[in-house]
Amino acid sequence: MFLETKNLTKKFGGNTAVNNVDFTIEQGKINAIIGPNGAGKSTFFNLVSGFHPPTSGQVIFKGKDITHLPSNKIAELGVARTFQTTNLFDQATVLDNVIVGHRLRTKSNLLDAILRTKRLKQEEKQCRDKAIEVLEFVGLTDVAYKLAGSLSQEEKKRVAFALGLATSPEIIFLDEPAAGVNPDETEGLAELMEKMVRNGITVCLIEHKMSMIMKLADKIMVLSYGEKIAEGTPEEIQNNEAVIKAYLGGSAIA
Amino acid sequence: MDILIQQLFNGLTLGSVYSLVALGLTLVYGILHIPNFAHGALYMVGGYITLTMMTQAGLNYWIAIVISCVVVGGLAVLMERLVFHPLRHAPAIHDKIAAIGIMLFLEALVQFIWGAEYQTMVSPYGQVVNVAGVTLTMQRLLIIVSTVVVMIVLYIFLKKTFTGATIIALSQNREGANLVGINTNRVAMLTFLISGALAAIAVSLSAPINLVFPGMGHLVLTKAFVIIILGGMGSIPGAIAGGYILGFTESLGATYLSNDYKDVIAFVILVLILTIKPNGLFAKGGH
Amino acid sequence: MANLLKQRNVIAVLILFAIVFPFITNNNYLIHIMTLAFIWIIAVYGLNLLAGYTGYLSLAHAGFFAIGAYSLALLTTKAQMNYWLAFVLALIITSVLGLLIGLISLRTKEHFFAIYTLCVGYIIYLVIDKWDSLTGGVRGLIGIPSPGNIGPIEFNTPVSNYYLVLFFLLFTILVVYRIVHSLSGRTYIAIRNSEDLAQTIGINTTRNKLVVFVISTFFAGLAGALYASFIRFIGPDIGYITITFDLLTYLIVGGIGTLSGPVIGTILLVWVSQQLQFLQDYRMMIFGPILTLLVIFYPRGISGGFIDFRAKRKEKKQNQSNLNQNQQMISAQETSAASNKNG
Repeated sequence: MFLETKNLTKKFGGNTAVNNVDFTIEQGKINAIIGPNGAGKSTFFNLVSGFHPPTSGQVIFKGKDITHLPSNKIAELGVARTFQTTNLFDQATVLDNVIVGHRLRTKSNLLDAILRTKRLKQEEKQCRDKAIEVLEFVGLTDVAYKLAGSLSQEEKKRVAFALGLATSPEIIFLDEPAAGVNPDETEGLAELMEKMVRNGITVCLIEHKMSMIMKLADKIMVLSYGEKIAEGTPEEIQNNEAVIKAYLGGSAIA
Repeated sequence: MDILIQQLFNGLTLGSVYSLVALGLTLVYGILHIPNFAHGALYMVGGYITLTMMTQAGLNYWIAIVISCVVVGGLAVLMERLVFHPLRHAPAIHDKIAAIGIMLFLEALVQFIWGAEYQTMVSPYGQVVNVAGVTLTMQRLLIIVSTVVVMIVLYIFLKKTFTGATIIALSQNREGANLVGINTNRVAMLTFLISGALAAIAVSLSAPINLVFPGMGHLVLTKAFVIIILGGMGSIPGAIAGGYILGFTESLGATYLSNDYKDVIAFVILVLILTIKPNGLFAKGGH
Repeated sequence: MANLLKQRNVIAVLILFAIVFPFITNNNYLIHIMTLAFIWIIAVYGLNLLAGYTGYLSLAHAGFFAIGAYSLALLTTKAQMNYWLAFVLALIITSVLGLLIGLISLRTKEHFFAIYTLCVGYIIYLVIDKWDSLTGGVRGLIGIPSPGNIGPIEFNTPVSNYYLVLFFLLFTILVVYRIVHSLSGRTYIAIRNSEDLAQTIGINTTRNKLVVFVISTFFAGLAGALYASFIRFIGPDIGYITITFDLLTYLIVGGIGTLSGPVIGTILLVWVSQQLQFLQDYRMMIFGPILTLLVIFYPRGISGGFIDFRAKRKEKKQNQSNLNQNQQMISAQETSAASNKNG
């Protein structure tokens, strides 16, 4: 098992946002989570990445129980995530924004900074190299020295990917990566995800754009009102009664 | 026993003033989600307006209060328009700094016009009455009664009028209110107006038993913050209850613990609350 | 590279100027004012690290300034301790208190943090003001010794004090510069940008914020200790919220979250205040609105405005050169096309 959730449940007051969800993410594949608005997809992400503690249930990553680890520890283990909107530091360059992404793999502390130790210099170079590498990976080498504030919506999405990749993850969770970009750009982002998988990074995403998901995903889980109503390949999902019902006659699926 | 009753009565007076100030602060927080650090300065300006209207213009106490409400309310609206409105999308740290700038300006301005000296406001209700063995000044009774009246009027306004209902609606759900066509700008201005007027009433009532000076808003503001964190940021009943609780705690603390450290009590309460519950007492759960 | 050299030159000239300043003026009063400004700058750097680089607006800064000052004063006058031992102890006391208060206050965020620290500042002030037997209450403490001799160097003249404070200022700037330009600095900026995002890229936000808070209080304490032995008299007023507001004003005018901001803002405003002596207590009638207007229109102050301007110009230039390159390429293609035709 690569990453799995067992009976994962989250209650906010009287509302159950995620209810008893068992899900296995397959290594080296593109896994997708879909569902109507308010189905608990984002909450599910927040539980897996350690943002909220679940009410009950477990999250297991490579055989290790990470349910109650803080999100920075989970990131250290190799689990990255992006947000729907990424707040970049607009007055700094794209490269400067991404460099800090590799910080978690470095050890230098404040004393290193004040004394400008060899270790710090070495690790600074290491972070910079990593940032340049991931910017190239996501196709942003050209804008690396531009101010983050001047980027287009799609470029910002790519920076968010780069930031996640800079942490050297084994799996990356992408929260609506293609929201707010046009169809052509969506295509490009989909290709990027496939490239991640080819490079050995498992992908798990939440997405609303059905056509994209059906083409892209290897495995899909459908959430509705916090519960898993289906799980399987795109074909299986497309023909699933419960899913069609959840999406009001399936018009959204087509 | 007499001392206890006397102190409870003092606590009620103190709590009334705190509640009024905290109400204004919590209303603004509910609508705009900003802690108005200039609220104490509004309170202070209100004190000087009322005082000047009485001493310089020779006006009746009550008329002076009304004028003070209008001036301070107008000032608050101006603040909303010129400062908080343009900053509504800015990082969270900015509105606080802007409000501090306004506060510093108002304090310096007041000092420039009226000087730094402590001034006394002589109210026409200085008589002492004796009720069941407890000596009370009329002014203190007036504070308690007037506060209750103001709260009832505010309650009726918020619950029974359409305009009032929009304020409540907006503080509960901003996007939703926007959708049903509430003019959020107008409501924000109105809220600031009420907030300023409440500060003016509070200071006009309490100034005769305290003193009027440029820094008089500092402690009141900080305590009002303590109160709305105690009662829940944006909560109206919370501000009222919190105000009275702090009033009683302070007056009892002053008698039975230490008069020197009575002002520390509020802050110790706050530090304790936020230590245990970093998001305030009545923080809403996740999303 | 040329730019870097230029920046280095500017800094070198400024340091040189600071060193020769006492000889130029020969005016003890001006030296006094400048020394005081340097002390404030040290405190403003502390505030800048926390509020400017990490995004946490602490309103208890004057409180820590006062703790540093009172610790030094009490240790030297009441405990009769050696000056430099007391100096080091004062810094340790301030930092340890900073650590304890930071541990609790950093559990809160945004306005809760501002309000919390506002209250902490008040508690510190009120305790100093009321604890008569220890702090002398409103009367304050007098007879604080000047800094003790270091070998043959004595610090009993305005000029020698000026150099001592200048030394600590340069030390502060160096430390802050190195922090900001290191991975740690990037980490703090990431926290300011978005704490959630910082945490997902594996940053231990709790620990980093605490470290910054402690350094911030350390510099406040350093400034306070220097202040106490420079002025040689302190009262509870130095811990009052107005001092925090003064420091904040210096920072905002100079440029919050910039390296040169504290120096520019503090020296400018201290100097302007001197020129506007007649305003004295009313100076906030001018500075207050400036603070508000800056936050609305120029949130990064003088220094930040300059940096943004330069960055934009640089980008424009780069675009221009890209454009030129494209045009050259197009014309080159045209030429080759034309030559092909000819051929």
